[in-house]
Amino acid sequence: MSSTFDQIANIIAETCDIPRDTITPESHAIDDLGIDSLDFLDIAFAIDKAFGIKLPLEKWTQEVNDGKATTEQYFVLKNLAARIDELVAAKGASA
Amino acid sequence: MQLEYFKLIDRITDLNVGEKTITAEAQVPEKNTIFEGHFPGYPIMPGVLLIEAMAQTSGWLLIALTKFERMPFLGAVKEAKMRGFVSPGELLKITASIVHEGSGFAITSAKVTVGGELRSSATITFPHVPFPHPDLRVHMDAMAKRIGFPRELIAHD
Repeated sequence: MSSTFDQIANIIAETCDIPRDTITPESHAIDDLGIDSLDFLDIAFAIDKAFGIKLPLEKWTQEVNDGKATTEQYFVLKNLAARIDELVAAKGASA
Repeated sequence: MQLEYFKLIDRITDLNVGEKTITAEAQVPEKNTIFEGHFPGYPIMPGVLLIEAMAQTSGWLLIALTKFERMPFLGAVKEAKMRGFVSPGELLKITASIVHEGSGFAITSAKVTVGGELRSSATITFPHVPFPHPDLRVHMDAMAKRIGFPRELIAHD
């Protein structure tokens, strides 16, 4: 079974037409890969479907806007993968 | 259909919050300046207006699902297909359903039929936000009354 990062990277490569080999765990989806907010909705849709979760994009955006979090915490792909793993685990725990 | 005001939906005929579906009707006018240019001697409803009609119908569904507290805006249109011409005077039946409800956005699947015949379809993405201006909320509330949006779905503060 592929890792969460691999699944995200594949989704981004396919959704945004970005070469897969340029996407690394250290890539920042916005700053490095140039993904804009509308394209990120396509990625969020694909991630929601693939993992059976709902990425809390609004909450994350609010936290960044309020200075309570940095974009790196959510949009550097290794961190995004960790957040997804947490959401999947939380969903499993509450099921 | 008030083309001059870009208000394409005449009435909501069914809105099922549980099933997350909506059906609306829109009467294409017999005469309009749009048809003088699109096209002379062969008037047809522009495809972009069919897309807009599907977007507005989808929008009302999303407003219902967010309890009239959020305003959806057109974000992306995918797989838009114009499957048949729509002529002046035809009555459009527009349906929409939810494909996905994300955080701060939603995706719908919508169709336009005339007399049971599919004329257009699209998959549409909408970011939605709390009403960005109180006047817009007032305007949408008035629109809701005009087109028969179920009153019980409107949350009042």
